[in-house]
This record gives sequence, structure tokens and C-alpha cells, in this order.
Amino acid sequence: MTLGQSRKVGLPLMNLVRYKGIPILQQLHLEEKLLRTSSDNWCIINDGTNAATIVMGMSGKPSELLELGHVLQDQIPVIRRFTGGGTVIVDHGTIFISLICNKDAVPGVLPYPRSIMSWSSLLYNEVFQGIDYVFGNHKFGGNAQSITKNRWIHHTSFLWDYEAKNMAYLKLPSRAPEYRLARSHTGFVCRMKDYMPRTVFIAKTVKAIENYFTVEPLNLDIDAAPRDTEFLHSTSLLTKQELEVARASTHK
Amino acid sequence: MALRMWASSTANALRVTTASKTHLAPAFSLSRCFSTVLDGLKYASSHEWVKHEGSVATIGITDHAQDHLGEVVFVELPEPGASVSHGGSFGAVESVKATSDINSPISGEVVEVNSKLTESPGLINSSPYEEGWMIKVKPSSPSELESLMGPKEYTKFCEEEDASH
Repeated sequence: MTLGQSRKVGLPLMNLVRYKGIPILQQLHLEEKLLRTSSDNWCIINDGTNAATIVMGMSGKPSELLELGHVLQDQIPVIRRFTGGGTVIVDHGTIFISLICNKDAVPGVLPYPRSIMSWSSLLYNEVFQGIDYVFGNHKFGGNAQSITKNRWIHHTSFLWDYEAKNMAYLKLPSRAPEYRLARSHTGFVCRMKDYMPRTVFIAKTVKAIENYFTVEPLNLDIDAAPRDTEFLHSTSLLTKQELEVARASTHK
Repeated sequence: MALRMWASSTANALRVTTASKTHLAPAFSLSRCFSTVLDGLKYASSHEWVKHEGSVATIGITDHAQDHLGEVVFVELPEPGASVSHGGSFGAVESVKATSDINSPISGEVVEVNSKLTESPGLINSSPYEEGWMIKVKPSSPSELESLMGPKEYTKFCEEEDASH
């Protein structure tokens, strides 16, 4: 048995599903469903999404986070996702990597936010040799979690590329980590494409995951998945009316 | 090992001054909590507590849970009249970029919800057993309380959980 083979013995299985250009709402619905109804470990990779979309965390308030006048005028979709954390605007230049795990899948990782994020930073350190997706002091990705009784998801959106004009839809957050240092969006984020080829990043990430899991590629046709009417998604697309009500509240 | 040490040192650094380590302090109840685990409550393995008084049971998350979750910034709770089931999720808290399910230790009907948590979700961190209570339930199967852990058992459970990682 080679060293590589002996390392893999006893590692839990992780299904690897790869998409390209899947709508982010569809991806989030799939992730939430796999978190809550599957007992397998999953890695979902979506290489770009089909349209510019704003994605807020569970408690996101549009009136506080978004330049609603521009969002409504340009008809940018706004989603409230099932995980926590901040607001991002994603598009074809965003690479999504999501890890859905049983709570005992990774030795040493407790089903709590800091423990999960500490493990993921070890994982991505192998890929980036950095911390919290920051090249220098610029950020090129953001992550969020949702934790159930026996499972958790840690998903990340990586800014492979982005359009500066899209950042104008987002307000500066009132609550931000220290390292942000009150910078504007364009002064704070950077593009991964300036540092690493897209295919190399994805391949290196899968290789890093293989230190913890036996990764098995799986074809999961997102369009063929039957609609499960019994499962209630908490990820939702905000209606135009909701956004207009939020905009009106900022004028009071 | 490095991960465990990181997690432990972070937990210690963030521990509130009124809380002591679970394996040191005996469980006792005061109006201001000096102990991680209180007498008179029952505990679930998912780190919720139940206080059964007459026909109503009050539910919240434990000091161990709030410490591991970090600063709570948002709480999602059911409406009065909703049903909860033993081991089932009834809401969620948001902390440190994560939503975490809150699971009910018992089955029953929600009769009251702590509305203060909407404006002050941090009460869960500062007062997890008192001002940070989440819901009051009319139990439908009081015998479910017997399957929950007492203070000593829960203290040991927390120690074993932390030590195993």
C-alpha cells in the first residue's frame, strides 16, 4: 500500500458535485435540502453563477445593507440565504465552494462556528497560504455557516473576478470585522484571477479536501431533482414589493 | 492537537468573568449566575435547558452553548401557538457568520416567546439561564423530561464533548 493510499483508509466519503453557471438561488436550495435531508457529506462547486445577484445572510435587512434605489431600478435579484453572515453580490466571476458535513466527519472539529472556520482556514491555507481569504490585506472571498443538530454547512463565495460597478449596490456595512478598517468595497476586496488560474484553484481545493475525505465525483442533475413540496426552504428571493417597502422605510 | 489548543484558548479568552469552568464549580442557582450549569434544570445533549414549573416549561440554551457560539446577533423564534417536538428544531440563532438550530428538549405548545430577544439578542450571551430565556411551552408529554440530563450529568457531558475534540 502506498503512503497516499494508506492516508485515505478510514477517511469518510464526500460526494463531489460540480456545476457551472447554476443560478445561486437553485444552488442554495439544493444546499439547504442536502443539509437537512441527507446523511452524506457533500462538496458542491459552482463555477460562476448565471446572473448578478445580491445574497444577504439570514438576518439581513435590505434597508440597512443595500442601495435600494439602484437595486430596484436595475432589477437586481436579492436573496436572503439560510446561513448567517454578511452580504455579497455574486455573478459569473464568483466561484462557490460548499462543504456539507456530518458533525463527526472531521476529527477535532466541533459543530460550532469558530471550530468549523478554524478547520476551513487550515484547508484553504493549503490552497492560498493565507488566512480568511485575504491576499495581503485584501479580501477575495467570504464564508458562512449553518449548523443543525448533527450536521453543518460551510460555504464560500470566492471573487475570481467582479465588476466594480456591482459593488455600488451594497452599502458599507455598519457591523464589520476589524481588518476592514472602514475601507470602501473596492479598497477592501481583490480579484483572485490576478493571483491564481481558475482551474488551478478548484483543483487545489479538491486536493486539500482529500486530506480529510475520500472524494467521489457524483453527477447530480439539478434540473432533474424532483421538487420536494414537503421541504420548506428558508432561503428566499425577496419580492419587488418587499424591496419597495424597505426603501420606503429608509425615507421616514 | 493545534486545532484543539486554538479552540480551547479562544474559548477561555472569551469566557465571561461570571462563568467558571464546568469541572470546577458545583451547580447552584442565584439571581446572578456564577456557574456554567444550574441546579433545578434539565439539559439536552444539544445544549438546551428546560425549567419545568407547574404546567409551563421554560427553554433556552446553556452557558456552554452561548460560549461556543459566540456573540449572538439575531434570534429566530416561533410564534405562540406553534407546536414544538422533542429533539426538533424550533428556531435559530445567528452568531459569527453562522445560523445554528435551537432544538426543543420536549414536545408541546408554545405559550410565550421572549420578545426582548428581538432587540437584545445578546441577552442569550450575558444571561443564558434568565433574561436570555427563549420560549415557554405547555408540555404535551411531561415524561420526556425524565429522559433529559441533570446538572451533574450535563456537566460531565460537556467536559467529554470538549475533551474528545
